[in-house]
Amino acid sequence: MAVFLVIVTTPTHPDEKTLYLISGSLTPSDIQRLVDTLLTDPITQQSTWYDLGRGVLDTLTQPVDEVAYRPGVTDNEAESIAVGARHLSVPVAAVRTLRRYPQRTTTTPVRHNDLIELCQTFTPGDASARIVFYQNLVAAPTPRTSHIAAVPIRVLDDAGLLLASTQGLLALDLDEMRTIQAYFRTVERDPTDGELETIAQTWSEHCSHKTFKGRVVYTGDATPLPAHSAHLHPALQELGTSATIDSLIKTHLMRATNATAPNLKNLTLISAFVDNAGILAFDADTEVSFKVETHNHPSALEPFGGANTGMGGVLRDVLGVSAKPIAATDVFCFGPAHADLSAYGGTVLPTLQVAHGVVAGVQDYGNKIGVPIVNGAVFYDPGYIANPLVFCGTVGLAPRNSHPRNVSAGDTIVVLGGRTGRDGIHGATFSSIELTHTTAQEAGSAVQIGDPITEKKLIDIVIQARDARLYSAITDCGAGGLSSAIGEMGEQIGANVELTTVPLKYAGLQPWEIWLSEAQERIVMAVPPQHLSRLLAMCAAEEVEATAVGTFDGSGRLTVTYEGRSVVDLDMHFLHDGRPQRTLTATWQADTSAAPQWQPRDHAAVIAALLSHPNIASREPIIRGYDHEIQGRSIIKPLVGAYSDGPGDAAVLQIHPHTMTGIALGCGMAPQLSQFDPYWMALLSVDEALRNVVAVGADPTACAILDNFCWGDPKQADRMGGLTRATAGCHDAALAYGTPFISGKDSLNNEYRNAQGVRTAIPGTLLISALAYHPDIRHSQTSDLKAAGNALYIVGTTDSAMAGAHVSRIVGAVPGSDWRIPQVDLAQAPSTLEHLHHAIQKGLVAACHDLSEGGLAVAVAEMALAGRLGADIELDALPTRSDSVWVRMYSESPTRFLVEVSPAHEAAFTAAMAHVTHARIGTVRTEPRVIFTHQQSTIAIVSIDSLVDAFHTDIL
Amino acid sequence: MIPRVIIVRAAGINRDGDAARAVTMAGGSPDIVHIGRIIDGSVSLQDYAMLIVPGGFSYGDHLGAGAMLAVDMVHRLGDEVRRFVEDGRAVLGICNGFQVLVKSGLLPGATLAQRSASLTHNASGRFECRWVRLAAGATRSVFTQGIDQPIEVPVAHGEGRFVMQSDAQLEALAANGQVAFRYIDSDGQPTEAHPANPNGSRHGIAAICDESGRIMGMMPHPENALTPWQHPRWTRESRQQGDGLVVFQNGISWIKHI
Repeated sequence: MAVFLVIVTTPTHPDEKTLYLISGSLTPSDIQRLVDTLLTDPITQQSTWYDLGRGVLDTLTQPVDEVAYRPGVTDNEAESIAVGARHLSVPVAAVRTLRRYPQRTTTTPVRHNDLIELCQTFTPGDASARIVFYQNLVAAPTPRTSHIAAVPIRVLDDAGLLLASTQGLLALDLDEMRTIQAYFRTVERDPTDGELETIAQTWSEHCSHKTFKGRVVYTGDATPLPAHSAHLHPALQELGTSATIDSLIKTHLMRATNATAPNLKNLTLISAFVDNAGILAFDADTEVSFKVETHNHPSALEPFGGANTGMGGVLRDVLGVSAKPIAATDVFCFGPAHADLSAYGGTVLPTLQVAHGVVAGVQDYGNKIGVPIVNGAVFYDPGYIANPLVFCGTVGLAPRNSHPRNVSAGDTIVVLGGRTGRDGIHGATFSSIELTHTTAQEAGSAVQIGDPITEKKLIDIVIQARDARLYSAITDCGAGGLSSAIGEMGEQIGANVELTTVPLKYAGLQPWEIWLSEAQERIVMAVPPQHLSRLLAMCAAEEVEATAVGTFDGSGRLTVTYEGRSVVDLDMHFLHDGRPQRTLTATWQADTSAAPQWQPRDHAAVIAALLSHPNIASREPIIRGYDHEIQGRSIIKPLVGAYSDGPGDAAVLQIHPHTMTGIALGCGMAPQLSQFDPYWMALLSVDEALRNVVAVGADPTACAILDNFCWGDPKQADRMGGLTRATAGCHDAALAYGTPFISGKDSLNNEYRNAQGVRTAIPGTLLISALAYHPDIRHSQTSDLKAAGNALYIVGTTDSAMAGAHVSRIVGAVPGSDWRIPQVDLAQAPSTLEHLHHAIQKGLVAACHDLSEGGLAVAVAEMALAGRLGADIELDALPTRSDSVWVRMYSESPTRFLVEVSPAHEAAFTAAMAHVTHARIGTVRTEPRVIFTHQQSTIAIVSIDSLVDAFHTDIL
Repeated sequence: MIPRVIIVRAAGINRDGDAARAVTMAGGSPDIVHIGRIIDGSVSLQDYAMLIVPGGFSYGDHLGAGAMLAVDMVHRLGDEVRRFVEDGRAVLGICNGFQVLVKSGLLPGATLAQRSASLTHNASGRFECRWVRLAAGATRSVFTQGIDQPIEVPVAHGEGRFVMQSDAQLEALAANGQVAFRYIDSDGQPTEAHPANPNGSRHGIAAICDESGRIMGMMPHPENALTPWQHPRWTRESRQQGDGLVVFQNGISWIKHI
């Protein structure tokens, strides 16, 4: 078989050459044809090619580094060449892509990630070594004989069971290993490797949520509550100082959903916590689905690939409820740029490298698949240095009742999309184990690169197959691979799979690896036999691979064979219901941390420092890289104002081109407050998500929310105590605001253990994502100031509780403030949101912005810079009990908005807000500066130009 | 009669639906067709008056944006496309579609398989999504006739810088009325400066057409600027319709007369 080396040079980028290795029964004229028609842009590039089989090679003039993906890692470029060659009828067997750079010096940035890429240095004399390197890259993998191993666990003692769990990366505890042992003692045989892996994946934290479904024994300090609203905190009262909770998800989340969903306005709950995504009826014909997922550990090891496949995964969640993805969201938690990594043992990636890789990974997948990324957040804290968080969300759209969930005995099991390789093995268990300084070596195969085009083709096919009603059930192939997807679909019926039918990327996978692989871009359908040929033809026409791999057989068992030999033979009931419930100890101590020392600075400097703070500064460098216009639904975009550079509060999407109803997407999080009390943090996060959607005109009484918990090791009682309080907060917030949770996800074990055994947990982090009904998108509003002479009103009360406020990171605890966590007044907050919503829908509001990080001062600054208009703000009129100008300027009290109202609408606005705390505090001015005054003296004068400059600090 | 417009889709094409919405609003009748169905003969280009190659990342754009779909156009659909163009019908390529038309040789020369230009990486080196202002000027394009005011539409691309082998070729193109749209700055002048020009194209080139004016390619997305509420500043300033709709209205009204 001939092997050719093609070198493509772009003269404008002389320091990076692209190399292709192409093998096959090829003639030189075949290669010339590929080079001319496919591999080279005749205007911008030049190419040369060499026949390696004849020992012909280019001559190096200087030492170079050549970077290639490791065998088995997705190489999309090479895959493209294979497809292109097929379209040109050129018989290509294998293709590999390499990049060539001048040899790296100490000052050049790192160009490859050793986990997924090889980097080889060659000097001009290394010709023969290079040929061997190239030949190896395109050589077929060495065949391995397939092997089904029995794992002798029946004879093991407790120590042996734990060792088996650790060594096999099973992430099972002793109780669970004993249960498995007991099962196999009953059936009088040892498990196969495939069975043990199947159970480990199914029982993993990722797939079975054993912490959230566990029994929690909680003790903690008492929480004083204001008398007027104590009854609005039932879950907190239930916790008291000690309580036992049977399942946080049932007690705090599902219970809240059951209580609130029936009263939801306009949206009707169709599915919560059951399907791959939460589903709501939007109107008589349409349902919307929403899911947010995390991909934290993979992103810590390979930021691009981790985030890339994170976005790919959550898009498939929505596809898994038969919906077309119409919008995406992303929220990142990173360590501060240029953070010192010396305490982490040298294996943690530099924080900027993580941030760049994550953003690029999300951008690549979202843009290529054609889904607008319309809402998100970025939060920086040293707690995320070793364990960044990457949340990706997707909203889907489907006709009502088009998502079938009726697998029947006799349905064919069809795998569609990408091929199966050795990638992503142990993803579900990997996410359930803390990161350590050696994780990269042990779990490297859990890291992958996505292939958005294969997934886009999958979306195109699923929508057609759905509309033709060709399948009876569908699910995404995610964590746990085929084992989880088929195991869950066949839970009530039983399934039989022959693994030799599964299409593979390359030969040599062991049967258990095929069964467990988490290779991306795959979905599984249950297809009634009479529809099979039509589905397969539909797929063939669009070059989507689809293969029947087995049958849902009515046996009640999960049986998997390889060449007829048994790989898995398990009772479905044991697999899905056999896991012993976990008992977790949870403790909580009220925060007693000291307030940071007051270090005075002048207000103008504080405002500038806040605006350029990484948690507040413009996200434009990230947002501009995302296509937020595609599909044409973006009515309120992530950037707003006269120059489209002000921060939008939430996204508004028009659902149908000819109706004026829509949805708003917002999010809230406050991990900086986790250390003070996760209960109030949860309330504040829900409040923020709702503030955001209300600010753009959506209806807070027609809103559903999602929870995403990222927490440390639940076996540490303090982490578990915080988590319990956070879920209690979710419950009480949902009840008070009337917003049901429709989907959620937990990512636990977000801890890092260094070589010395020192543990670092992330700050307990809760992301609340809100999807709210928008009654009329033409009455949406943005935060940019619109016209000089308009009045500025504050809505809501300002409190002196300022623990965790961003201003304290700049000047410490400010005078007149209390070092307490801000609390949401549940007796007031829901009606505040509702009244403001009605004022906006009546068209009484010219601009609206919620007060969040940095408080009033930052809200004024952001509105002014977005509108390129000035404002006079008189702090005297602000509704507050605090005399402190610092509290008035920078408090981050919840449930507050700054609202611009034209003189013509002032009377109607104040009437509409009569039952809600509000006050006129200023006026919009033409003069390009913001002036804050208090008690007749000027507190600060800042020019719009200086605000723009400060806000546009580059966070990447 | 409502003119029929074929919108071709392929792996990774993702603005086909947006283009169809635009065609419908402009009074045309769009069919979105997978390229495989034209190649296998079950759909014929000749049943349509206009061909749109929409935006996306066809086949992933790993070998240069639009390159793989251009291979399809030249080597798998060559005869159909040639006939369609020689028959005097209209072709519009948007974003990835523009890249496909250029890389298949249909632009600027209407010479399938013979290339004289390319669209390459933005000068910034980054993919960018932002709204831009375009001026039509004096051009042969049937899609830009009567556009005498600047229009505002979004761009979303990483490889939008139009290049030819020499500046002389670029100038000849401009002199021949083949530059259909240019990016303009706040003074209304064509610009090469970021961000008004998102990719650094010489002379602010945003769209070009062939000599007949019937084949046009453009990087910006008029199909995402159809209604007043898609505009980024609609809460500040009002408009009757999206600025991009006129491009499709022009195209549809022109094909009504062939």
